[in-house]
Amino acid sequence: MKIRIVVLATAALLVAVALSMNVASAGTAGSSAKASSATSAAKAYPAPKVPNAAALKKQYGGESITFIGDSVGGSHARDLALAKQFTKDTGIKVKVVPHPAASDASYSQLARVFSSKSSSFDVAMIDVVWPGAFAPYLVDLKPKLGKEAKQHAQGIIQNDTIDGKLVAMPWFGDFGILYYRTDLLRKYGYKSPPKTWNQLFAMAKKIQDGEQASNDNFNGFVFQGNSYEGLTCDALEWYESAGAGGFIDNGKVTINNAKGARILDQFRAQIGNITPRDVTTYQEGEAHTAFVEGNAAFMRNWPYAYSIGQDPKSSKIVGKFSVTVLPHASGKSVGTVGGWQLAVNKYSKHVDASIEFVRYMTSAPVQKFNAITNTNVPTIPAVARDRAVVKANPYLKPEIANVMRVTRPARDLKTHYNEGSKVIYQGINQILNGRPASSVLPSIQSKLNRILR
Amino acid sequence: MSTVAPPVPAPRRRRKSTKLKRRQTRLAWALLVPSLAVVAVVALYPLGKTVFQSFTDEEFLALNPVSWVGLENYKDLWNDTVFRDSIWTTLKFTVITVAFEFVLGLAIALIVNSSFKGRGVMRAVMLVPWAIPTVVAAQMWKSMLQSNGVISDAGVRLHILSEPHAWIADPSTALAAVCAVDIWKTTPFVALLLLAGLQVIPHDLYEASEVDGAKPLQQFWKITLPLLWPAIFVTLIFRTLDALRVFDVFYVFFGNRLGTQSMAIYAQSTIVGDGYVGYGAAISMAIFVVIALFVIIYLTFQRVAMR
Amino acid sequence: MSTASEAARPVIRPVSRSRVFWRSPLGRSLKRVPFYLLVIVVFVYALFPFAWALRCAFTPEGDLFSSPLQYIPDSPTLDNFKQAFQAEFFRKALLNSALVAGGVTLLSLAIGSLAAFALGRFHFRGRSLVMYLMLSMTMFPSIAILGALYTMISGFSLGPIDFPNIYDTLFSLLFTYLIFTLPFTIWVLTSFMEALPGDLEEAAYVDGATPFQVFYKVLLPLLLPGLVTTGLLAFIAAWNEYLFALSFIQDPDKYTVPIAITSFVGESGSAFQQPWGTIMAATIIITVPLVALVLIFQRYILAGLTAGAVKG
Repeated sequence: MKIRIVVLATAALLVAVALSMNVASAGTAGSSAKASSATSAAKAYPAPKVPNAAALKKQYGGESITFIGDSVGGSHARDLALAKQFTKDTGIKVKVVPHPAASDASYSQLARVFSSKSSSFDVAMIDVVWPGAFAPYLVDLKPKLGKEAKQHAQGIIQNDTIDGKLVAMPWFGDFGILYYRTDLLRKYGYKSPPKTWNQLFAMAKKIQDGEQASNDNFNGFVFQGNSYEGLTCDALEWYESAGAGGFIDNGKVTINNAKGARILDQFRAQIGNITPRDVTTYQEGEAHTAFVEGNAAFMRNWPYAYSIGQDPKSSKIVGKFSVTVLPHASGKSVGTVGGWQLAVNKYSKHVDASIEFVRYMTSAPVQKFNAITNTNVPTIPAVARDRAVVKANPYLKPEIANVMRVTRPARDLKTHYNEGSKVIYQGINQILNGRPASSVLPSIQSKLNRILR
Repeated sequence: MSTVAPPVPAPRRRRKSTKLKRRQTRLAWALLVPSLAVVAVVALYPLGKTVFQSFTDEEFLALNPVSWVGLENYKDLWNDTVFRDSIWTTLKFTVITVAFEFVLGLAIALIVNSSFKGRGVMRAVMLVPWAIPTVVAAQMWKSMLQSNGVISDAGVRLHILSEPHAWIADPSTALAAVCAVDIWKTTPFVALLLLAGLQVIPHDLYEASEVDGAKPLQQFWKITLPLLWPAIFVTLIFRTLDALRVFDVFYVFFGNRLGTQSMAIYAQSTIVGDGYVGYGAAISMAIFVVIALFVIIYLTFQRVAMR
Repeated sequence: MSTASEAARPVIRPVSRSRVFWRSPLGRSLKRVPFYLLVIVVFVYALFPFAWALRCAFTPEGDLFSSPLQYIPDSPTLDNFKQAFQAEFFRKALLNSALVAGGVTLLSLAIGSLAAFALGRFHFRGRSLVMYLMLSMTMFPSIAILGALYTMISGFSLGPIDFPNIYDTLFSLLFTYLIFTLPFTIWVLTSFMEALPGDLEEAAYVDGATPFQVFYKVLLPLLLPGLVTTGLLAFIAAWNEYLFALSFIQDPDKYTVPIAITSFVGESGSAFQQPWGTIMAATIIITVPLVALVLIFQRYILAGLTAGAVKG
């Protein structure tokens, strides 16, 4: 009886708290989960106007399109702001639907709609490795957006061109970078961040040994080692920076080679040594959490972690870290391309209006807006060099932004990209968990060959 | 005069006349119409389609027309070592979790059913793991089980562990970790069902047997267990079915990691990830067969125990 | 009677010292120690994760995973709860889940109890077949039937029947959740029905009651513990369901609780940053009322059979 009273009282208390907070936060409108820096910055920096708006209004005004955009939260708020501006200027109504937060759920949502030839959406955000898989279902954007495409980073444009068709326009780019603790490097007498992987291993070991005396959760290096797509990104960087190729080169599977085996074995030796034992279960979230809580000296991650590191509410290392390009072995420093593109559904009933929407969203002013208000990495090099943009995104300094980009073998694997990537990351995860590379690489090679046949 | 004999389950209707029997059979079928309608609409088409797809080479995004391949998918499945590993992993998981959940659930149900002083608190406590959505609970446990997580931390501080352990990453403790979470999450389900079953047993039986000098253990074996058997049977069947189809916990903990895939995870990664709908349908049929085997085992055991 | 004969010839057996000890008050309390130990272990096992969730809910974002681990937050905050409540899609999700879970439960109980009446109190050819047909619905992994369900939900015609497009509506969930709640409901209620003694029913028929009256007035009240149990189990199963909700719902206004909870995104706006504190706060918000709800209904499970009806 008493328990029931206690539980009901707690429930009532929570409801009361909820109601009072609801009243207090009366200013929050819309479906954004936070009213934070993004929206306040947006007030200071408004959404760009649509060029050529009057002509568009005359031709397409009144049409309605559906855009599957970023997941709920600050990014969804950004999509809503841009869509609102677009509708205001051109009269084309845009319904913004956030995609599921998990990447593979988002993939299966799109795949299902495409295979049922549905016209339930017109424009969608697609990951950088999906153009190969979705190409048969997307509109060729080259006739109408070919000129604009020349402004963007050509590596991404090439990635988005399948069999001569430009099936998606780059929207924001991502690339792998190295984060490092400036205060710890100074403390242990290092003047600059490591340039080679061996240097990184040595520096991480020394810093870890020193720091573990006071903090036994400290580790030298964290990255994405879980058995998932992110491992393919990290491993591609290891391979290319060691001169071991890019898994599939010129249509041929090259993953089983001596240099590749060597770099993988080197990383395998570091597991549990300078990395936590469970780095083989880390995805982006676990890695950045370890770093911003002050428990790692080095981290490989995407640029998004920069703003988290500088946020005093989440980070214990504000002002104590910096970024640079990833180290290399016998190759060059590289960064795997991540990021998102915008594509138009072949079965859409409003193809032309959709293309105009894509033109607006991928234009330079909007990319600048995204970069300043939501720290999204622009895909137009000119925008990436803009002073205001670099100020908001320090990882866009030329020495980092100009790093050689490498892409995963999505164009070779086409609709079987997921399967091929799975073969790669499952195998490499096994290696990291203790199996010698020479025992796993041959089977990865033969499986990939079978898929490509 | 209250009866001491256990109640006779499901009395046979005395066949007064075939006309009455026919009327009752018609009535029974009439009562089943809504359920059968639901089955026909919601289940028949998807299940039928799965069976059909298992004989084709259908792929999710490929534009080539779907063609019949007969038993080819099944032949490939027979040689599929990854699938065989996933069956073995799922079987181990099922046996461990169902056994623990049953014993623990029965203990909790007995405690709540008795005059134990803390039973009210027990009642409240046992529901908590269950009210939390599975995906959230799995993520919670995942972060607790990391080598810098609270379980390792507490273990080291209480001197139970010598050093922090990576429960999920280490293949030797991975299965134990995922079993621990599932047991935590679903023991309330078992306890609740068995508790309801215990409520059906009339108290006079216990009183009468006490008069005859029976000890609590004897009461348990001779009265409780036989009368609880229908509830135990249903609970075990559905728990086993759910355990054989486990997905959420494995997905959050391991994703697509080799060596720790459940059957449903393998089916999902084949259908949704790789896009092989036909082959994935064959996998689903194989899962169905494995589950059916368990049902048959349970039924045989039931028939033997009923003698 | 055996005790009477025994009392006539008392046999005095020497009792060992250990036996005396275990029968003494101290010994009796000690015998209970393993029992109490079990109770404590169960409590800790069941409650510790929830206590940890509580701790995370009150901890500011930056202190969640710091080392050394703070078991009790140094600077507790209500921020996480505020974030959870401010998310409109979360508030709506609570309502959506309640509607779907409640609807599915009522439907399952209504259809299931009728079926259980037929399967539990009548013997006819095809009875076992129907039972196993129901069971076979739950013998396929959800992912296997997902594709076909999606096609059905998006509207298609089966002969003369035209199914409307209910994709991205709560009806799609109401419809598809029956796949796993109905078989279970039917099986459990049938086993309860079978366990009911036949005397009351016979008496009612003799008094001239129709089968429906027998069902409604006699059997259903006796079935109350079973109905509440399966109702609760079906409710929680529908409440926790993730895969179908993820696949059939697209509009954030129609998110159910599991989807909403996994959709929280951190300050940076990046999908990689999960605001763990907020998620835990949201978990607490939904757990406490659920437990309260179940505790209220549990009274009906522990009511037991109505006294007096069977004796006589």
